Amino acid sequence: MTALATYAHVRDLAVNLTLRELKGKYKRSVLGWSWSLLNPLATALIFTMVFKVFFQAQTPPGQPSGLSNFPLWLLCGLLPWNYLANSLNGATESLVANGNLIKKVYFPRQVLVLANVASWMVPLLIEVGVLAALLLAFGNFVLPWLPMVLVLILLQSGFVVGIGLVLGAANVYFRDVKHLIGILLQAFFYATPIVYPLSLVPERVELLGLDVAVRSLYQLNPMVPMVEAYRDVLYDLRFPPVGDLAYVAAWGAGCLAVGLLVFSRLEPRLAEEL
Amino acid sequence: MTSAVSVEGVSKRFRLYHERNQSLKASLVRGRRARYEELWALRDVTLEVREGTTLGLIGRNGSGKSTLLKAMARILRPDEGKITVAGRLSALLELGAGFHPELSGRENIFLNGSILGLGRRELKRKFDDIVAFAGVEPFLDTPVKDYSSGMYVRLGFSVAINVDPAVLLVDEVLAVGDESFQRKCKEKFADLQAEGRTVVIVSHDLDAVRDLCHDAALLEGGRLARTGAVGEVVDHYLGRVHLDRVDEGGLGARWGTGEGRVERVEVLDATGDVATVVRTGEPVVFRLHFHASEPMARPVFSLGVYSVEGIHVSEPTTRDAGLVPDKVEGRGHVDLRVDRLLLVPGTYDLSASLTDHTGAHPYDVRHRAFRFEVVPGTPFERQGVVSLGGRWEGEALES
Ligand SMILES: Nc1ncnc2c1ncn2[C@@H]1O[C@H](COP(=O)(O)OP(=O)(O)O)[C@@H](O)[C@H]1O
Repeated sequence: MTALATYAHVRDLAVNLTLRELKGKYKRSVLGWSWSLLNPLATALIFTMVFKVFFQAQTPPGQPSGLSNFPLWLLCGLLPWNYLANSLNGATESLVANGNLIKKVYFPRQVLVLANVASWMVPLLIEVGVLAALLLAFGNFVLPWLPMVLVLILLQSGFVVGIGLVLGAANVYFRDVKHLIGILLQAFFYATPIVYPLSLVPERVELLGLDVAVRSLYQLNPMVPMVEAYRDVLYDLRFPPVGDLAYVAAWGAGCLAVGLLVFSRLEPRLAEEL
Repeated sequence: MTSAVSVEGVSKRFRLYHERNQSLKASLVRGRRARYEELWALRDVTLEVREGTTLGLIGRNGSGKSTLLKAMARILRPDEGKITVAGRLSALLELGAGFHPELSGRENIFLNGSILGLGRRELKRKFDDIVAFAGVEPFLDTPVKDYSSGMYVRLGFSVAINVDPAVLLVDEVLAVGDESFQRKCKEKFADLQAEGRTVVIVSHDLDAVRDLCHDAALLEGGRLARTGAVGEVVDHYLGRVHLDRVDEGGLGARWGTGEGRVERVEVLDATGDVATVVRTGEPVVFRLHFHASEPMARPVFSLGVYSVEGIHVSEPTTRDAGLVPDKVEGRGHVDLRVDRLLLVPGTYDLSASLTDHTGAHPYDVRHRAFRFEVVPGTPFERQGVVSLGGRWEGEALES
């Protein structure tokens, strides 16, 4: 088989598996696909209730857009986060869930992780479309910035696929990974400026007599500049700092490379460990 | 002749874990992964499958047949050695693996096809063939979860066989589906052989192996014990299994055109009652009940007796007995009367078939579909399959 034919086959397979995931997702529910929109809207509503009404959080004003709307500000961070959390959870399970297939048919197993991530990218794109419409309605002219959003989604996807490959394969060997990732994602959710603005994180903190540069440590989390960049583009309508973008891109490429490498090491014995 | 599959010095090792579920705790507590023992499922296996031939892999349960087949299919990676396959390969290990129950038949054809390695354009071209062969046209837009198990399997087989492989790997799956589908599969299979495809089959059904294969390879405890022409290898194997009696069970396959059908076979004991247990040395009647919904011209009835190990013990037919009626119609039975049953104690399977006079046209064949038990009687013998009915004599034995 030529390399070209193999590429075409892998692409067809990825598309078909993605369609399978998508069609399976809401097949038995009454509202079907609407859930993928209702979920983030409901979450945004709950968080707005908690943080805006109970905690009386300030709505960060868009710079330079001038927009001031807490739910929209929230959604700009929440949607990329949901994409990350859903795909990492899904990728972790993707190989175990398709265990029977892996044991009976040979095909490049990476496609299962890829298809799972892609199946969460589709709802993300729809959600971003709806968010863009809402932003437009509230006076934010986001249209010229949408290509930039796609670039961000792509960078984030490299990151997610890379980590997903490692998690998916690791979960075959240790089924605990699934539970571990649930807890880690929860911790990272609060370690990322989604429900609060980055400005709330103090620069330095006195800890046990030591002067700790909390903000710098905090910003090592690649999801921090990632979410900030989405907000820059959608909410503030400005170009994200180039340094942040480079940092995010480096993480994306690095995770993807490491993920592919680790996966190729773990792949040979997947069928017998399942 | 060139080889389509070449297996060179292949060994495969499995890990057997002491705890069933792999847990992080176990490894954290012990500072490493759960403890395991190693099991060599394949040991230095070298063999070639000649292009355009059919090879049967035989051996007892656990001898490594499936492991070797999966290694050929690239599902398992050998720890040592190398396997090379010339051309596209398709493995029929489980029909419809990868079907999504909520998706329609049409969607699953595309999904399953692409999992098996068919491109979109190729699939579109073959779509009608696949649907026609499976006979599921009216249900194309029904989710496969609503399919009968027969339809499910037919669709799975149809997609897999249409991959158009140069090398086809088959694991027992030819023994599935209803009779008419069985026949279709066998025909399709014969076509593939005639077209010069290379096939590797794993089967417990030694008769099927004899019928379908040119060559056979016998595995014993993961090692290649013998390869060569199918007859020779199977005979050698039968000599072996015979010694250590493995239970591999009846297969119950059925095929035929259905003008006449074998309804059931009864075993009647010495008292004339229907029994499942009979005694060595006693009279027995095997009664074959048939129903011919259409007149059968010059039909032949036959009964096959198999030991559970698969040894074909005997196959009396009405044709060989010179009893060929011109025409048989309706319901009835024929009896095979045995004055002294000379089978040694053990479990036996019965096949019953109804064919036309030439034997080429099966009305109904029920392969190893009935089972009965023989308990010790006279003569009392324990080994082998049949007793010769002999008596020991001699002065030395008389004190
Ligand atoms: N995934 C696995 N993990 C551990 N042992 C296995 C696995 N698959 C097969 N084995 C073992 O390998 C040996 C060979 O099995 P198999 O190839 O299935 O034999 P056969 O097909 O001849 O019945 C058996 O002892 C079986 O228990």
